[in-house]
Amino acid sequence: MTATPAPVGSRQVVTGKRQRPHYFTHAFLIVVSLIWFLPLGWAVYTSLRPYGDTGGNARGYFSIGGAYNFNNFVNAWNQADLPLHFLQTILVVVPALILILAFASMVAVALSRYSFRFNLALLMLFTAGNLLPQQVVIVPLFRLYLALPMFAPLSDNGIWYDQLFGIVMIHLAFQLGFCTFVLSNYFKQIPKEINEAAFVDGASVWRTYRSVLLPLARPALAALATLEFTWIYNDFFWGILLLRTGDKFPVTSALNNLSGQFFTDNNLLAAGSLIVALPTLIVYFALQKHFVAGLTLGSTKG
Amino acid sequence: MSSSSVPSAPPAAAGGASPSTGRKRRKRFSLLTRRDKLTLGLMVGIPAFIHIFLIWMPMLGSIVLSFTSWNGIGGLDKIKFIGFKNYENLFSNYPPFWPAFENNLIWLAAFLLIATPLGMLMAVILDQNLKGTRIYQSVLYMPVVLSLAIVGFIAQLMYSPNMGFINNFLVAVTGDPKWTASGTAIDWLGTPGLNFAMVLVAAGWRHVGYVMVLYLAGLKSVDNTLREAAAIDGANARQTFFRVVFPVLAPINVVVLVVTIIESLRAFDIVYIINKGLNGLGLLSVLITNNILGEASLIGFGSAMAVILLLISIGPIIYYLARTMGREAE
Repeated sequence: MTATPAPVGSRQVVTGKRQRPHYFTHAFLIVVSLIWFLPLGWAVYTSLRPYGDTGGNARGYFSIGGAYNFNNFVNAWNQADLPLHFLQTILVVVPALILILAFASMVAVALSRYSFRFNLALLMLFTAGNLLPQQVVIVPLFRLYLALPMFAPLSDNGIWYDQLFGIVMIHLAFQLGFCTFVLSNYFKQIPKEINEAAFVDGASVWRTYRSVLLPLARPALAALATLEFTWIYNDFFWGILLLRTGDKFPVTSALNNLSGQFFTDNNLLAAGSLIVALPTLIVYFALQKHFVAGLTLGSTKG
Repeated sequence: MSSSSVPSAPPAAAGGASPSTGRKRRKRFSLLTRRDKLTLGLMVGIPAFIHIFLIWMPMLGSIVLSFTSWNGIGGLDKIKFIGFKNYENLFSNYPPFWPAFENNLIWLAAFLLIATPLGMLMAVILDQNLKGTRIYQSVLYMPVVLSLAIVGFIAQLMYSPNMGFINNFLVAVTGDPKWTASGTAIDWLGTPGLNFAMVLVAAGWRHVGYVMVLYLAGLKSVDNTLREAAAIDGANARQTFFRVVFPVLAPINVVVLVVTIIESLRAFDIVYIINKGLNGLGLLSVLITNNILGEASLIGFGSAMAVILLLISIGPIIYYLARTMGREAE
């Protein structure tokens, strides 16, 4: 094969090779996409139809006709106390997000821009901690939560168990690992002359962190915030384990108590699922770039 | 690259300093005021304390408690050391253990051998920037933002014997009502063996998109001149991928491998929301959790299961740390 060294020529070589199989590739992609979309599309369709027109009817679920309305959404919203559970979710997600990003950025700055004897060891500890399966720690953790005291506004029973405060803390402990890892990689790319300039100007460590480095990390913080929002919102396990009072369950954990009620009526189940999925889907479509950036920041820079 | 990126000393001091790192480092550090040192100490100390206190301490607790018997009632002085008895009981007297262990392995195998390669394949295809590639990406990635609990609910919508999509579709296609009639309908989530396979399909639906995004990012960072050079040398698409692109993707391969293993070990939500992990859907994570939430909490026994899970996960974690941080340690 003769190759022209000019970049234009070589690009033609590559694109020329790729034009042939497009029809087949598109057909494959369309089939896969349809399969991937089917479950959510089916959920939307089912949720818009009254149970009486599908389950209690000879027509069955795989059919067209009957009424289409939003009654299932209204019913799911009210029967499942969703407003209450959404409030609990906000009470967990907002403080957890702020604390995670604040603490992780502090550790990341300290570990990536100043020299400690235990820099690498600490970074490894944080990263490894984030990777442990939760069930490895839960037996003693559960006992710890029953025993640890906590004062009034943060706890209404005097301990960490059955408190949203406790849920925030365990998210903080676990997610610190991932965010510290990502942010310290991010800070390492920022030229160290910036630190030197701030140092020469007499800025304290705190000032350098707060006014110089943190603003520079805004893209990484935005990406992590998007990702962490989704992860904490989607958490099912910690709520199930560390909460008992039904009214305190964040919305994803509350699904556990709803399954019995919903599983007898797939139309209601579909509407409930979509309501709970909606915030993460909105965040995904609105902030897709940040979301993907967050995931890949943690992986490509390793 | 060394990990020291200290705010450097004033030019005079830094100028001719030879890299005798140990002394230099201490000297540089001392340029920070006492208040700065305190600030740094707190910036690392408080988060590190929270992290160690709520994760590493309980992890060590799991190991210690796995050699004891304690039912959680009464103080810590009621704890008695009983050696490996919990482990013996786990392996020989606890019927749910081996099926759950096996399910974890099947989950891992299915993710590693099917879902992950499929995600990689989709990434390679979509990396060609075909028309509409963003739409395909969005559709494939959509399930990833859903929690596995919601995926469990959606699985119910697809699989339930008389209201689910599959059986109703079969009725519509064959015209035979037996597919949804009670007694003759296939109970996709209620039949041991079959139900676990169906759960894997649902969980894989989510995992493929995850892997795809990780690889797409990796492929974007591959220098295009490598591909061009391979094309000029007469390599076909498959050779280019496996001989040139794939080796360059090594860091991503490590991440994807570890993510896949850890996700497989963590799996919990989807089986718990479907049927509390009973009837063929048992996993180690479910057994440990049920031991805590159940009536009779056997703390030593539950800890022994946690230690098994720890032993399985420690290998991949160390591998990951060595691969991602080994370079910096030099």
